[in-house]
Amino acid sequence: MNSKPKIGVYICHCGINVAKTVDVDEVTEFSSQLPYVKLARNYSYMCSDPGQNLIKDDIANEGLNRVVVASCSPRMHEPTFRKTLIEAGINPFFLEMANIREHCSWVHQDKEEATEKAKKLVAASVSKARLLEPLEEKEVEVEPASLVIGGGIAGIQAALDIANAGFKVYMVEKTPSIGGKMAQLDKTFPTLDCSACILTPKMVDVDAHPNIELLTYSQVEEISGYVGNFDVKVRKKARYVDMEKCTGCGLCAEECRLADRIPSEFDAGVGKRSGIYLPFPQAVPAKFTIDPERCLFLTRGKCGKSPKCVDVCTAEAIDFEQKDEFVEFKVGAVIVATGYDVFDASRKPEYGYDNYDNVLTGLEMERLVSASGPTGGSIALGEGEEAYVPKDIAFIKCVGSRDESVGNEYCSRVCCMYTAKLAHLVKEKIPEANVRIYYMDVRAFGKGFEEFYDRVRREGIRYIRGNPSEIFKRNGRLVVKVEDTLTATPLEDEVDLVVLAVGLEPRKDSREIIDLLRLSQSGDRFYLEAHPKLAPVDTATDGVFVAGCAQGPKDIPDSVAQAKGAASSALGLLASGRVKVEAQVSVVDEATCRGCAYCVEICPYGAIEMVNVNRMGHEVQVAQVNEVLCKGCGACVAGCFSGSIQQRSFKDRQILPQIAVLGVLR
Amino acid sequence: METELQSFIEKYDLLGCIQCGRCTGGCPVTVRTNLNVRRFVYDSLDEDILEELANLPEIWDCTACSTCAVRCPKGLKPLEVLIGLRGILVEGGRVQPTVRDALESVFREGNPWDKPRAARCDWMKDLDVRIAEPGEAVENLIFVCCTIVYDPKLQVIAQNLVRILNKAGVDFAFIGEDETCCGSEVHNLGEEGLFEMLVEDNTELLNSFNAKRMVTISPHCYTAFKNEHPDLKMEVVHYTQLVGELLEDKKLELTREVPQRIVFHDPCFLGKQNHVFDEPRYILGNIPGAELVEFDRCRERSLCCEGGGGKMWVETESTKERLSDTRVKDARALEAGILAVACPFCELTLDDSVKAKGFEEEMRVAEILEILGEAIED
Ligand SMILES: Cc1cc2nc3c(=O)[nH]c(=O)nc-3n(C[C@H](O)[C@H](O)[C@H](O)COP(=O)(O)OP(=O)(O)OC[C@H]3O[C@@H](n4cnc5c(N)ncnc54)[C@H](O)[C@@H]3O)c2cc1C
Ligand code: SF4
Ligand code: SF4
Repeated sequence: MNSKPKIGVYICHCGINVAKTVDVDEVTEFSSQLPYVKLARNYSYMCSDPGQNLIKDDIANEGLNRVVVASCSPRMHEPTFRKTLIEAGINPFFLEMANIREHCSWVHQDKEEATEKAKKLVAASVSKARLLEPLEEKEVEVEPASLVIGGGIAGIQAALDIANAGFKVYMVEKTPSIGGKMAQLDKTFPTLDCSACILTPKMVDVDAHPNIELLTYSQVEEISGYVGNFDVKVRKKARYVDMEKCTGCGLCAEECRLADRIPSEFDAGVGKRSGIYLPFPQAVPAKFTIDPERCLFLTRGKCGKSPKCVDVCTAEAIDFEQKDEFVEFKVGAVIVATGYDVFDASRKPEYGYDNYDNVLTGLEMERLVSASGPTGGSIALGEGEEAYVPKDIAFIKCVGSRDESVGNEYCSRVCCMYTAKLAHLVKEKIPEANVRIYYMDVRAFGKGFEEFYDRVRREGIRYIRGNPSEIFKRNGRLVVKVEDTLTATPLEDEVDLVVLAVGLEPRKDSREIIDLLRLSQSGDRFYLEAHPKLAPVDTATDGVFVAGCAQGPKDIPDSVAQAKGAASSALGLLASGRVKVEAQVSVVDEATCRGCAYCVEICPYGAIEMVNVNRMGHEVQVAQVNEVLCKGCGACVAGCFSGSIQQRSFKDRQILPQIAVLGVLR
Repeated sequence: METELQSFIEKYDLLGCIQCGRCTGGCPVTVRTNLNVRRFVYDSLDEDILEELANLPEIWDCTACSTCAVRCPKGLKPLEVLIGLRGILVEGGRVQPTVRDALESVFREGNPWDKPRAARCDWMKDLDVRIAEPGEAVENLIFVCCTIVYDPKLQVIAQNLVRILNKAGVDFAFIGEDETCCGSEVHNLGEEGLFEMLVEDNTELLNSFNAKRMVTISPHCYTAFKNEHPDLKMEVVHYTQLVGELLEDKKLELTREVPQRIVFHDPCFLGKQNHVFDEPRYILGNIPGAELVEFDRCRERSLCCEGGGGKMWVETESTKERLSDTRVKDARALEAGILAVACPFCELTLDDSVKAKGFEEEMRVAEILEILGEAIED
């Protein structure tokens, strides 16, 4: 197959992206003179059908056996042109791309110099193309199951879609119940549907679905393997309650000695819970959990004469002897849907969140206005005799978002709308209240958002354009220190209640997942998708997908849409049943390997192991690459002390001549 | 590449502004003057009207407290725009005589108070102190501050520091007559050239000493040396950090009671700008017999006293209540006997207000070192 090279060179104009700064005719003429080049052509869009047909026809008619495409980055269209080669009947690894767009036309202005550079890049690629070897792409089988990490709305939707398509799903949720942040919300913008009403049925479906195995109060401990074949180990934390026996009656929580003494996570600290608890009435599973950090018996070994929960549980479900359990299983795909944290308002001390009880966060306000919340939906502040209904209420937007001073440059995307929603709900409950929203921009970009913003304003909610700078107290009332920027008037507005529209942040424990799955983070510290436009649910790790706020702030509609996207990508993998693995992998020369195992340490994918071989009668250790795990990153090649590792398609003898042509090496 | 003259827009990153209003919203002086710093950030985008803007009297109302810069979500320093405008006037020789005199005095005598350099060490006449020699190792090099060395009311601050450090057995030395203005107020008055010269000269002078760290007494010197002298080869601390350490390590014991209710006023240059909030409180909390109370507006939300930003030389034309008056009224409402400060400017402005309000009977303003002087035995 490795007959004398006959190379075809194709220069792409990329519309004017390349042609504007690179003289494509000149590069074509130049290329046609290069050794082993049979012909050179240029075309407006090589990636288009006619463009690809040019290549196919030339292979058929001119007997080309190597192709160089000078166009955009191989990240963009290498797969396209490899397919072209396959269709034309030659090995797809006889393709070499010269990046004359990102590496040349886009970054230069001088046409003459850019043209010279493009020539060099093409010449370099041609010199490598002639040395290319055919490679074979292996396929492996895919385990027809998937893991969904995180049981918020994104995880729930992804799990249901995959399960409904007939594949097994393991859902791992860290907390005692699925539901995520959406379960904490009262109504949802812009339609004002009751959050629980639309979420609870889905939660129940997850629990009841024959294809879904729900592991709550659990976390993934280990993931090894590769696309199609991940081995997963999950820790099921001890609940100290027998899930089989617990009927969810709740007597234990009522009787617990710590009843109503522990801030409830679900109620964002606005309400209290017991040492044994169900996070919220609609929790799934409807089973109680003992908080090991608070429970008197677990922390001190003693709870009165005997633990009250044990005394009252007629089902005898309390089990203080329970230990963490481990579950292991295999999946073909993983979806990360771990969501977000709300911004910690203490990090903006100028707003006095730590100082004043009547400065609340948006999430706290959600619980306060919720009919099923700790106050039954009444917005009374203060306790007992001192209780009062706030009359002047201020919302402050962009708290912790669009703010370099706290390291968050991004917009959190939901606060504008949830502020409008909460303001509406407050006005509904306290019609005489004077509700105002301090803002710097109103971003009402989604479907129905602008209409909702309109409606809320017309309900009498004042929008004041200025981002407050400080909150302090004067004569017992809160003072919002702000400038009305539309009239350039500095104000000190006195109010009874301030609600901080806190933004969305990456979870504090994001690292756990990064370490497990080798994910990357974008500049905003959320998990990075493979491509911001064209691969928004994929990650750099094959077979691992991301959905919901784990990838960046978004509202429920977008979280659900992305979850469906992630599910369909995972399903594509599971349904095809087979997956191609990287062919341009590293290979160890057993004859020269010194067995130092340095490469084992270097490999970020754990793809290298040491094996025993017989070398002239001696048993020696050498490195061996697991070709299925190898991603072809080349790190080991660069690190090997004895030069015993070479990467297919990037062997020294292939790339050194290429570099030499560029004039870097001689 | 060195550009000759950076444009106003580039220098102050004016295009980064999103007009959110947090700067003006937070600016403490808006309650009594016309200053709207956001407007200056906005209006300066038109470089043709810079002269016009520089002639607006309110550019001199800024106290350089930096609240605007601390709050800006885009990392701008709005106050620097005002200082840049002041610079236009300074360059054209069109500033008030008081400002001109102060700057000339710094140039000639190394201090803004029109005092002879030769008198810089008068305050230490009767004290047995060491003057640092170039090259000789010293643990703590003390930088005193022009205002403290020359103001007879404030000299006790430095004198008490000597007593305390001696008592704690600390190795320290002073700079002596060569000590030269830190330039903080020179910069704030808009004299950029003189400021750059001071930075260069002071860096050279201070680096000639073999000091492990420099201890400043005024938060203004602290900020200047810590943040504006990139080539300084020693750690810079505020004295409250050193004294806090001494108390924590039990090297210093406070034995005499100061049976007073004390409220601490955070200096903008110490707190807001450098996050030194805890040390002054730790020291005051260790004073036997004292009860420490807090302003509602404390720490990051502290109210500026209007002492900085060149305000020692330029009076704000306003009939509205001074911020220092507001502050002493708040202290009075807390029934504090001592309004504690950690900055010479705060001491001067607040002391004036105590007098103006006629609160001298009920309360006094005292620098932490003055209070410490009462709490230690010699
Ligand atoms: C105050 C407020 C009001 C809002 N109002 C609205 C609204 O009205 N309308 C709207 O559309 N959107 C609203 N939103 C946005 C909405 O909350 C999100 O779009 C939605 O919750 C995102 O869902 P998610 O599944 O991506 O993340 P989450 O809801 O955060 O769910 C993530 C889940 O993953 C679990 N998890 C995390 N890490 C792990 C791990 N390592 N292992 C296992 N499990 C893990 C978590 O426990 C959680 O259950 C609001 C947001 C806030 C803050
Ligand atoms: S705080 Fe910063 S971004 Fe906001 S208006 Fe002022 S200078 Fe502009
Ligand atoms: S430094 Fe202080 S006084 Fe000056 S503009 Fe900024 S906030 Fe106002």
